Amino acid sequence: MRSGRYKDGRRRSPFSIVVVILLAILWSLPTVGLLVTSFRTRDAALQSGWWQAIINPFGSGWTLENYSKVFEMGDMGNAFINGIIVAVPGTVIPIMFAAFAAYSFAFMDFKFKDALFIVIVAVMVVPIQVAFQPLLYLFGPYGLGISGQFLAIWILHTGFGMPLCIYVLRNYMSTLPYSVVESARIDGCTNFQIFWRLIAPMSMPAIAAFATLQFLWVWNDLLIAKLFLTNDNTTVIVKLQQLLGTQGQGAELLTAGAFISMVLPMIVFFVLQNFLVRGMTAGAVKG
Amino acid sequence: MSTTSATPPPTAGAPPQTGHRHASDLPDTGLQPGKLLVGALGVAVTVWLIGNLFLAFAYYPQWFFNSKILMGILAIIVGVGGAAVFFWFLNMAIEALPRRLEHGLMPYAFLVPGFSLIGLMLIYPTIQTINYSFANANSTAYRDPLWQNYADLFSSSAFWSAIINNVLWIAIVPAVTVALGVVVAVLADKLSERGEKWSKSFIFLPMAISFVAASAIWATTIYGYSAPGQPQTGVLNAIWVALGNEPQSWLTIDTGRLNSLLLMLILIWLQTGFAMVLLSAGIKGVPEDTLEAARIDGASEAKIFFQVVIPQIMGTIVTVFITVLILVMKVFDIVYVLTNGRNNTDVVANMFFREMFTNSQSGRATAIVVVLLVAVIPILIYQVKLFRQQEAMR
Repeated sequence: MRSGRYKDGRRRSPFSIVVVILLAILWSLPTVGLLVTSFRTRDAALQSGWWQAIINPFGSGWTLENYSKVFEMGDMGNAFINGIIVAVPGTVIPIMFAAFAAYSFAFMDFKFKDALFIVIVAVMVVPIQVAFQPLLYLFGPYGLGISGQFLAIWILHTGFGMPLCIYVLRNYMSTLPYSVVESARIDGCTNFQIFWRLIAPMSMPAIAAFATLQFLWVWNDLLIAKLFLTNDNTTVIVKLQQLLGTQGQGAELLTAGAFISMVLPMIVFFVLQNFLVRGMTAGAVKG
Repeated sequence: MSTTSATPPPTAGAPPQTGHRHASDLPDTGLQPGKLLVGALGVAVTVWLIGNLFLAFAYYPQWFFNSKILMGILAIIVGVGGAAVFFWFLNMAIEALPRRLEHGLMPYAFLVPGFSLIGLMLIYPTIQTINYSFANANSTAYRDPLWQNYADLFSSSAFWSAIINNVLWIAIVPAVTVALGVVVAVLADKLSERGEKWSKSFIFLPMAISFVAASAIWATTIYGYSAPGQPQTGVLNAIWVALGNEPQSWLTIDTGRLNSLLLMLILIWLQTGFAMVLLSAGIKGVPEDTLEAARIDGASEAKIFFQVVIPQIMGTIVTVFITVLILVMKVFDIVYVLTNGRNNTDVVANMFFREMFTNSQSGRATAIVVVLLVAVIPILIYQVKLFRQQEAMR
């Protein structure tokens, strides 16, 4: 270390160290500010900036009341459970359908293969807004009558996540050795068995990568939840948006609500960060 | 977009023969009517059961004791397990066919569910949206003349104001995000392994935060406003007042579209980590000997960066740029929750939402989406081209 070099022989760069640390702090400060504010009493938060509470932690009023209030009045506990009920099936269900399609693209030969895969690439870019009006009619009272139910939002997230999932899994599967599939076919395995026993387990990193991305996407979604759920079964993000709309009297609840909405994705982020990176490098364009 | 693969292209069809046996050596059993029947019946019954069970969640929640947790768990089990059973039967039915038919049909059979969902959720609605954009407010009759919705849209000054904002977002956010991402990626690359990992985590973290929560964060901690004379609890006003000025309600100031710029800052904050992660992977992929060669030639570090590193990560830069660009074109949440388009901050996606949800003007709303769709087409063509190139290189 004293020689000014790292173990691998690169020179230490004090300039880089200082700038990167500064940037990391700068990037974290807004979130830290929110977290600090969410634990301050309303009066304390009005009387001094959140940075003063960090500099002088004993001089300001701390409280857990914002959290208990937001659970009571903002209906956050219920919304949190709704969020999980929306996000977990919305993440898991697309995978099975997409994995078989990806298997087909990666290991089988057929007419229009390229053209069909290009449809996937193209559809990933299409803004999902195109789907809303027709699907509101289709799912609405004059259609299937499932709008406002979890079912509607599961179907939507399954459909909207499908192109990305097929894309990521197919790209990963086509890096797996073809000889594995070939020798299994020689041994008389059916395509279902090859998929189930060999390809699906080998594709786990890509599946986890997609699942991480999709979970964050579904959990953090505002638009679809707002359009296709009702006030009784809506998600944390929609509740938070409603809190933002009622600025003034509920300002201290807003910070607590925002933090509640961030807890789960942040845990997922820290635990599955490596998968997330892998998913993004595999192509994270989503329309 | 790019996956680097070290293995040779696994194109099916004529793989190199490794052993002396081959899959096609297995005896062709011809048509097996019993197996076909069981398989086909199985597919039909599975689809019927899954479909009805899922509809029952919506129609008869009392069957599930009105418990949404139970329904959620059942949805996962039935969604995943049902899909597996479905494919099992499907595989069985197709295998019962003579060999040639089997090989011809199997790939399509595996594609059917995924593509049906894409068709139902994305392709059918796209066509229908274009159709509705020529119709009235509740999509019951066509407008006369047919393009009236577009004529209304293009003659409204609010629409053009939103377009100007969208153009600003497009011009600023992707470029700044990529530039910041490159800077962080390059500098972090010079840190120790642990230092790099930690500092990148902090900058990457906002990736997990929703647009709505990010808006809440920035609205309270950075852009917060209190009346003059009161203590300022937002960073921006605290600095501004300390410099001897009157506190400002920042998001209402549209001089030079300042409020739009402040909204953009939130998205840049969210997306820089994403850009950095991809670019960092690109930079680590630059071969060391190209840098070494440039150093031996006596090139300065800056010159090495711009003439050796940047050209080699251009592909990644373009990928990141386009990903952020697509995101920015349909930016909605931040604008909707913080200003809802007031004070000249409106964007196209927010306008669409207002027409569709608040005003129930589906004709005008769908016309706005069609504009968005048309704007995306050049990117779509580019993406397809890029994909073709990558496939050709595999």
